[in-house]
Amino acid sequence: MIPERLLNALILAGLLAVPLWALAADEPFTITLATRVVILALAAVGLNIALGIGGLVSLGHAAFFGIGGYAMGILAHHAQTYTALDLGLFTVSGTKSMPVIWLVATLASMLAALLIGLLSLRTSGVYFIMITLAFGQMFYYFAIGWAEYGGEDGLSIYLRNSFPGLNTLVPIHFFGLCFAVLCLALFLHARLAASPFGLALNAARQVPGRAEAVGLDPKRLKLLAFVVSGAITGLAGALFADLNRFVSPTMFSWHFSGEIMVLVILGGTARVMGPVAGAALYVALEHWLGGLTDYWIIFLGAILLLIVLFARGGIVGMLSGRRQAGD
Amino acid sequence: MSLLTLSGLTARYGASQALFGVDLEVGAGEVVALMGRNGMGKTTTVKSICRMIPSEGRLAFDGRDLHALPSHRAARLGIGLVPEGRRCFADLTVAENLLAAARPGAWDMDAVTAFLPRLGERRHQRAASLSGGEQQMLAIGRALMTNPRLLILDEATEGLAPIIRQEIWSVIGRLKRETGMAILLIDKSLRELRQVSDRAVILVRGKTVWSGAMDTLTADVSERHVGV
Repeated sequence: MIPERLLNALILAGLLAVPLWALAADEPFTITLATRVVILALAAVGLNIALGIGGLVSLGHAAFFGIGGYAMGILAHHAQTYTALDLGLFTVSGTKSMPVIWLVATLASMLAALLIGLLSLRTSGVYFIMITLAFGQMFYYFAIGWAEYGGEDGLSIYLRNSFPGLNTLVPIHFFGLCFAVLCLALFLHARLAASPFGLALNAARQVPGRAEAVGLDPKRLKLLAFVVSGAITGLAGALFADLNRFVSPTMFSWHFSGEIMVLVILGGTARVMGPVAGAALYVALEHWLGGLTDYWIIFLGAILLLIVLFARGGIVGMLSGRRQAGD
Repeated sequence: MSLLTLSGLTARYGASQALFGVDLEVGAGEVVALMGRNGMGKTTTVKSICRMIPSEGRLAFDGRDLHALPSHRAARLGIGLVPEGRRCFADLTVAENLLAAARPGAWDMDAVTAFLPRLGERRHQRAASLSGGEQQMLAIGRALMTNPRLLILDEATEGLAPIIRQEIWSVIGRLKRETGMAILLIDKSLRELRQVSDRAVILVRGKTVWSGAMDTLTADVSERHVGV
């Protein structure tokens, strides 16, 4: 058994060591794989706040991921074609600046999460799962029909967007940027979980009626968590689009919502480092087993089954041997 | 003016009516015992006050109509509930249980752990791993953290060993003496209720049948309506 703090540090150090090794060994593809882990982990950190702390089983987080992706795609598309973006009342030009794109992606997904949350949180349990799924699919089909931005074919962005002081086309630079964003999100999760807000949210998840009797408003707490959660997943979407220099409706598909949920459960629901461990395992399996067989997902399924049956705290819970709320 | 006023309160669970007219008043700084046999509507009355079930009639706290408020708003007005069966947040530690409920006021973490030292000692222990008595203390501490003006204790000593019961009673006594907080008490132990309460209200089949100063409650009346 490894103390969870040490384990968390080891996971982060490992995630940092792999691309550094790849840089020394001149293996740029491995750096790209590590960047994929980081971005998927970021998306899952977002979900982990809703799912882990708030107990909100959302099958619609792909909506925020896609909104972040399309925020990047649309802004960069207008910048690279030198066309103006018509917002009805006024027009703006596109941009290739990552900080601006991130801001737009985060705000847009927050707004979407607020609206989806307001409607979905009237329900709970299976109905909440279904209604979030329905919202996600609504965005999916909307994107397919959105001919202006590529419809089903999506949008290609020729050059990766820029960040002041860095050359984002160099894989290790882009990795470093994503890694820094992930660290910030992990810090936010840790602070949130230990804050009175996080504790109240946790309490509301465990015994909603009792939480109300001490003056907490479960609906409001959950809505706030859902909005923060959506914002982080949306930011991950913008980074993911930049990694691939491509956005398409598949970012909105419910498969992705399921995928990040699998990452969270694999790594350990409500564990700070759960999404990182889950994403690392997922990408590693996808890469190595995917090279051996097209049916690698069967093995992932078996591992997921074992974890759910025998290690409720996921990889992190198993290795640290510590029980916690949400297991 | 009294802090809490119930008058002609009725409530039902679906088709079956549970309260048929409860009259109850708790003044500021007063300790009132809500008495009655099992199934006479004591806990239902508490649930109505805390807005956990719909009810009709007059239900006011500090002059405000509680019927207009959802449960968490009633709690924020200053109604602290120590629920039947304790119901702590099992997966949180003692400190986390307290912090989750914290609202601004004199009762903060330091004040509550000074008042209930056992909670300070067990600060980092998960609520699920506490003994029944400690969980009860935690439920009381959690209610205090909301800085209530009225504390409702529903069967706070139920199912506990006699020595732990004594401890809970002494906590209730200290709350009365040291804080002057209004308290509504539900309990089966008449002897202790007599010692600590200023007034008593007796329910029979969801209706108030007797209310008055505790020292005017004769053995005859309590024998007839409460069975002790």
